[in-house]
Amino acid sequence: MARAQIKSTTLLDARALARALQRMAVEILELAHGTDGLVLVGIQRRGVELGERLARIIEKEEGVSIPRGAIDITLYRDDLELVGPKPVIGETRLPGDLSGAHVVIVDDVLYTGRTVRAALDELADFGRPRRISLCVLVDRGGRELPIQADIVGKVARVGPGERVDVRIQELDGADEVVVVTSA
Amino acid sequence: MTRPVLLRQGRVIDPARGTDQVSDVLIQDGKIAAVGPGLGAPDGADVRDVAGAVVAPGLVDVHVHLREPGNEDEETVASGARAAAAGGFTAVCAMPNTDPVTDNQAAVGFILRQSVRAGLARVYPIGAVSVGQRGEQLAEFGEMVGAGAVAVSDDGRPVVSGHLMRTALEYARTFGIPVADHCEEPTLATGGAMHEGLVSARLGLKGIPAAAEEIMVARDILLAELTGGHVHLCHMSTRGSVELIGRAKERGLAVTAEVTPHHLTLTDAACEHYDTQAKMNPPLREAADVEALRLALRDGVIDCVASDHAPHAYDEKEAAFDDAPFGIVGLETAFGVAHTELVRSGILTLPTLLARMSTAPAALFHLPGGSLAPGVAADVCVFDVTTPWTVRPADFHSKSRNTPFAGRDLVGRALLTIVAGRVVHEPSSGTPR
Amino acid sequence: MTPGLGKDLVGLEFLTPEQIRLILDTAEPFKEVSERPIKKVPALRGKTIVNLFFEASTRTRISFEFAEKRLSADTVNVAASGSSVSKGETLVDTAKNLEAMRIDMVVIRHGASGAAQFLGERIRSNVINAGDGKHEHPTQGLLDMLTIRDTLGRIEGVKVCLVGDILHSRVARSNLWGLTKLGAEVAVCGPRTLLPRGIEALGVRVFGRIEEAIDWADVLNVLRLQLERMEKGFIPSLREYYRVFGVTAERLARAPRPLTIMHPGPMNRGVEIDSRVADGPHSVILNQVTNGVAVRMAVLYLLAGGRPELADAAKGTGGAAE
Repeated sequence: MARAQIKSTTLLDARALARALQRMAVEILELAHGTDGLVLVGIQRRGVELGERLARIIEKEEGVSIPRGAIDITLYRDDLELVGPKPVIGETRLPGDLSGAHVVIVDDVLYTGRTVRAALDELADFGRPRRISLCVLVDRGGRELPIQADIVGKVARVGPGERVDVRIQELDGADEVVVVTSA
Repeated sequence: MTRPVLLRQGRVIDPARGTDQVSDVLIQDGKIAAVGPGLGAPDGADVRDVAGAVVAPGLVDVHVHLREPGNEDEETVASGARAAAAGGFTAVCAMPNTDPVTDNQAAVGFILRQSVRAGLARVYPIGAVSVGQRGEQLAEFGEMVGAGAVAVSDDGRPVVSGHLMRTALEYARTFGIPVADHCEEPTLATGGAMHEGLVSARLGLKGIPAAAEEIMVARDILLAELTGGHVHLCHMSTRGSVELIGRAKERGLAVTAEVTPHHLTLTDAACEHYDTQAKMNPPLREAADVEALRLALRDGVIDCVASDHAPHAYDEKEAAFDDAPFGIVGLETAFGVAHTELVRSGILTLPTLLARMSTAPAALFHLPGGSLAPGVAADVCVFDVTTPWTVRPADFHSKSRNTPFAGRDLVGRALLTIVAGRVVHEPSSGTPR
Repeated sequence: MTPGLGKDLVGLEFLTPEQIRLILDTAEPFKEVSERPIKKVPALRGKTIVNLFFEASTRTRISFEFAEKRLSADTVNVAASGSSVSKGETLVDTAKNLEAMRIDMVVIRHGASGAAQFLGERIRSNVINAGDGKHEHPTQGLLDMLTIRDTLGRIEGVKVCLVGDILHSRVARSNLWGLTKLGAEVAVCGPRTLLPRGIEALGVRVFGRIEEAIDWADVLNVLRLQLERMEKGFIPSLREYYRVFGVTAERLARAPRPLTIMHPGPMNRGVEIDSRVADGPHSVILNQVTNGVAVRMAVLYLLAGGRPELADAAKGTGGAAE
């Protein structure tokens, strides 16, 4: 039996990733018309770190500290019934009441859209934001729900047999985005 | 008129006469006609080649519960006699805790008639010590003995009142019968479901301490001394009891005792996982108790093995441990368990085990049996003591299936059981599995 | 891959330390859920759970009910009574009826030790033991451990003394198993009549006097003394029990270091514990109650059926990606 070939292509290296984040931060400011009522909420786990970086960039640009939060969507997954044993639940912490805020959800990869749907359901249990936007580092297509990102770092044409791995310094020791193919 | 039976070339063990050799046994007119080598077969005799098997007196079980009258769905005299024959027993004594209690002449006579009707193993009735087994008023020992009772007992329960036990022992002397006591101090044992020890502490079950049995054993021994009566101690389970009985015998008191095959084999560890098949009274105890009971049986401090066969309907045992009834069946596994655990392991010789399971119990209760001497009634059993078999409760002849030995591999099984010269049990053709 | 818990939670005696830690760690995010304005997550939506209580209990039942409702499950409370004679048949028939109604999970409290295991062996639903006879009360043991961990930062090496009627206590047994597995040192203290014979063999120290226990321990878990113990002759009177074994402010004042005070509730103030102690600064009794809901949510979440054969299909989506 032939061994499965694993091919790995770099989509974004560390520099490209930093540039993308820089641009995304600016786009957030444009979308939100500034920092008034702006809240960045990262989806566990890499979305949280990316949200952190975006907030720091915005802080440098505007001199204003943006409230940020983290949500773990495990309990809102629509496939929770199918998964066993149960996945580990990460931390959810949100800054105060979200009513009237402009929440920007931050995640690393947008694929089927189910994670974002779960995030929207969860946020609804915390209050009624004035507006919710979605900001992702990579949009790899393959949507199963009618969900789109308002801000995208990089669009990637990726097939079903392929995987997009986002690695960041804080968790993985390096900054890069790679596409992994099993041939 | 039954055909004569000739058993050829079996290993004939007669504990009554202390013989153990390959020989022939001729049975005629319901009696042992001759024992010796090369016996001729009379006309029309049923000749059986039993080379390689053991020919012994049929086993005698002095402690069984046949649930008739009252709970015939669990067991009847007939089904119990059938199970006994399958286990190699030619005689059993039936305890009186039936419903209604067997505490009068008519009830005793009924049991005897049912036994005769069944025509399988002999069933001797035991009468109650007290009316209704309520522990208040003495039952009519004389009338019951006249109708066929061979002993008295309130088993199922202890005789709590010292005065009643004393009176019973004195009165029983008149008729030469033993008083069999279930030794349990009720205030210590009440609510208990298993042996009080580490296992019960872990399982969160109330325990019955060994002292509950030993206190009554000591009391019964003292009363036997006081009255000169014969007390027979049922289902002993603790090393403390063994020690008390040993000393009583050294003093020459009329104290006899029995032990069950399960108390010679299992410990309270069998109750792990709340297995109700391991729930009985007295409970299974510790390894040191099992060890002491084995040596006591070997040395004769404990006189005999008795099964305490206690059938229960399947759904009764299907309950939380606290709520399940006490008791297990035992007639069809008694010899197999005792032989496998005691003889095959070298603790007892086969002749000694057979003595403890036939000659001794018969003698204690003044019953015929336990002997192959020419002229005695032909109650004989042929045993296979080499072929392994697996215990399958679904195959039991008893109506009930509650046993902790399901699936166990044993060696030792009845091939042929003969009562009064008639074959009452032989497994269907083919080697027993 | 997280280690599974199996179908039922019957007790802590046969769980591994990893499994116990999994439950405690899973309880943490559920504490947060109870702090939200909308105290609900859809994790167990559509699941039917029956709270089958053969023994009266307000606080445990309510705690489980909140846990179930906060997970969006549908709950039904059944207060079944049983005389000791009919208890057995009631349990078997009850099991069959629940099976026939296709209930997803059963939380059972029953007066007979082994009842939870008995039920778990007979129905396909998940069975959670909310207290069986004197055997175990696993969720209580777990919430006690979580509270110790919250208060002292760890369980390993912590000295915990269980005080009171150990003989009849399922809370004591569950605590004993859970704490020893996670490396705590466990002791018991109470009148000899209320200590199981041979308990030392389970790896536990025994103190005959409460003063010795206070001297030694970091945590006292004070058990409720039931009135019937006096009626059945295990102790001469409740007053005597309080005088000799009561956890009082005076006794605690003489402790060499501050002790954390726990009690599974409901408390007999003035019998096993002083009001001043129960309401005092070192009491974490109310934290226990809060943690109770979180621990029960964690247990329900972890046990609720996943279908592993479909897990591989779901694996592509992983934890929280895409």
